[in-house]
Amino acid sequence: MDMTITEKIFCEHSGRKYVEPDELIFADIDLVMGTDIASPLAIDVFEKMEAEKVFDVTKIALVNDHLVPAKDIKAANLSKMMRKFAKKYGIMNYFEVGRSGICHNLIPEKGLVLPGELVVGADSHTCTYGAVGAFSTGVGSTDLAASMVLGKNWFRIPKSIRIKYTGTLPYMVGGKDIILYTLSKIGVSGALYCAIEFTGNVIKNLDMCARFTICNMAIEAGAKSGIIAPDEKTEEYFKNRTCKKYKILNSDKNAKYYKEYEFDISNLEPQVAVPYLPSNSYPVSEINPVKIDQVVIGSCTNGRIKDLKIAAEILRGREVHPDVRLIVIPGSQEVYLEMLKEDIAEVFIKSGAVISTPTCGPCIGAHMGILGENETGLFTTNRNFKGRNGHPSSKVYLCGPQVAAASAISGYICDPRKI
Amino acid sequence: MITGKAHKYGDNIDTDVIIPARYCTSFHIEELAPHCLEDLDPDFVKKVSEGDILVTGENFGCGSSRENAPIAIKGAGISCVVAKSFARIFYRNAINIALPIFENREFVDITDTGDWIKVDLKKGFIENETKGKRFKISLFPDIIQEIIECGGMIGFVKKRIEAKRKSKE
Repeated sequence: MDMTITEKIFCEHSGRKYVEPDELIFADIDLVMGTDIASPLAIDVFEKMEAEKVFDVTKIALVNDHLVPAKDIKAANLSKMMRKFAKKYGIMNYFEVGRSGICHNLIPEKGLVLPGELVVGADSHTCTYGAVGAFSTGVGSTDLAASMVLGKNWFRIPKSIRIKYTGTLPYMVGGKDIILYTLSKIGVSGALYCAIEFTGNVIKNLDMCARFTICNMAIEAGAKSGIIAPDEKTEEYFKNRTCKKYKILNSDKNAKYYKEYEFDISNLEPQVAVPYLPSNSYPVSEINPVKIDQVVIGSCTNGRIKDLKIAAEILRGREVHPDVRLIVIPGSQEVYLEMLKEDIAEVFIKSGAVISTPTCGPCIGAHMGILGENETGLFTTNRNFKGRNGHPSSKVYLCGPQVAAASAISGYICDPRKI
Repeated sequence: MITGKAHKYGDNIDTDVIIPARYCTSFHIEELAPHCLEDLDPDFVKKVSEGDILVTGENFGCGSSRENAPIAIKGAGISCVVAKSFARIFYRNAINIALPIFENREFVDITDTGDWIKVDLKKGFIENETKGKRFKISLFPDIIQEIIECGGMIGFVKKRIEAKRKSKE
C-alpha cells in the first residue's frame, strides 16, 4: 500500500509495515525537547510519576529560550529547576544562556533532528522541524514528562493534506508570505489534527531558512505537523552539522491525501496578517497605512541569518523612523555570530535598531519589548492573538522581514517594493 | 455524573487568552486559576460556580502548547469542556490532567450561557436540561480511555513503570 512520508515515519518508529490515518499507535521518539517555560511543570510531573531515570540521556534536549536571560525572579527559578534536573539526570543536550538560542532555530542547527526522525517538543512550534523531513509535533508538559520516562508516546496517525505551490517567487516575497497566504486560504482550523505536506517546484527551490518558516506556522492552521520531503538542500544543510546516518523518505506516488490544494504564487504580494488571527492575511497593497510603535524582527519563525540579511539589506544606509522602536533578535548564538561577521549587526545598529540576545521574549509577551496600552506592533513572529504581546488593548500585525524592515523606516505598514 | 451551568464562548479561543504568558512563570493551579480567560472576559472566574461547564466553538485551545491553560480552566472550577472542535495539543493536555472534554457540534449550537447541563460519562450522554435535549457522546479510543481510568497521564506512566519493575523481578 502506498503511504505518505508521515505514515512511513510512523511505521519506522512503531515496527509496523503499514499504518493508516486515525489509528492510535505507540511510537518510539528520537528526541524529546523541552524549554525553560514548559519543562519545570514536566519535571514536577516526572517526580510525581516516581521515575528513577530518563529513557536516554542523549535523546533529550532542554533549552533556555523563552524567558532568558531570566526576566524576573520567577523566571530565574524556572531555569534553575531545569538546570538542576539536567545535572541530576545527566541530560547531554542542556543549553545554557550564552550557548543557546530559540529552540526551533537551535535544534536543527545542532543536528539534533534529522530527516526521517520522530520528535516531540513541549512547544507548539515544534512542527518547525518538518522542514528537514522529520515528523515533529508539539505536546504539553505532562506528555513531555511521559516521553522523557518512556521514550515513546501515543499518537493518532494524522490524515495528510498536500499543498502544492507552483509558479515563481516574486520580488520581495518569501517563505513567510507563502505561509501567511496559505493560512488566509485554509484558515486557522483548516488542517486541524492533520499533517500538511508542502510540495511543488516553489518549495524545491526554497532555501532551508524559508522552509523552516513555512513548517513553523503549520500549527497556525491547527496542523499536527508540517513536512517537506528531504532533498539535496536538506543534505547540504546537515553536511557539517551531523555525522549520524539518516534515512531519506518520500511519499509514494499513490499515497492518500485527505485534501489537496494548489496555489500559483507567481503574483503573490508581500502579506500582512491583521489582528487577531494569523489567518487574517492580506496583500500589503490592501492594508490601510497603519502607524506603528514597534517592529520586532526575529523569533522561531524569522530569526535565521537569511531573514536578518534580508531585513538588513533594506535598512542599509537608512534610519528607523523616529517614532518607531526596532528590535532585532537573532535566533541563536550561531546566528548572532554570523550577524557580527557579516556586518549585519552594524547595519542594524547604525539604522537605530536595538539587538537583543536570542530569546522568544516579545513573541510571547514575556520580555524584551512588550507593547503598552493601545500600542501597535509589526512583528515577524507567528501569532497576533489578543493580548499575546503585551497589554490586552495592544495590536500586532504579522509579516515577513521585508515588510518589517521597510515599515520600520517609514513608520507605518508599507510595501517593501516601493521603498 | 457532572452537572452545572453552561458558560458559552465563540470560536478559536487561544491558550494566550485562556492564560496569558505573563502568568506562566507559575504552573501552580491556585496561581493560574484567578486569571483564567481574563483578557476575553474579565469576570469569567467570578461567574463560574464549582462544577460548571465551558461550551465553545471551533478550535478551542489553539496556539501555544502551555499546559497552564487546561490547569487554569480546571482551577477556575470548570468540570468539563464541550466544543465543536479542539486544537490537538490542548486536547492531549486536558486528557493528561484528567479534565473531561468532548466534541459535539449540535450540543454547542443549541446551548446558551446559563443553561443547566448534565454529563454522564458512564452512560455516554450529555444533556441540556434547560432545552430538554440529550446527545450521545462517543467513547474514547482504548488508549485514551486507559489514561482517563488511571486518573491522567501520571497514573498511566506510573502503572507502566510498575509493570516494568515487576517483569524484572
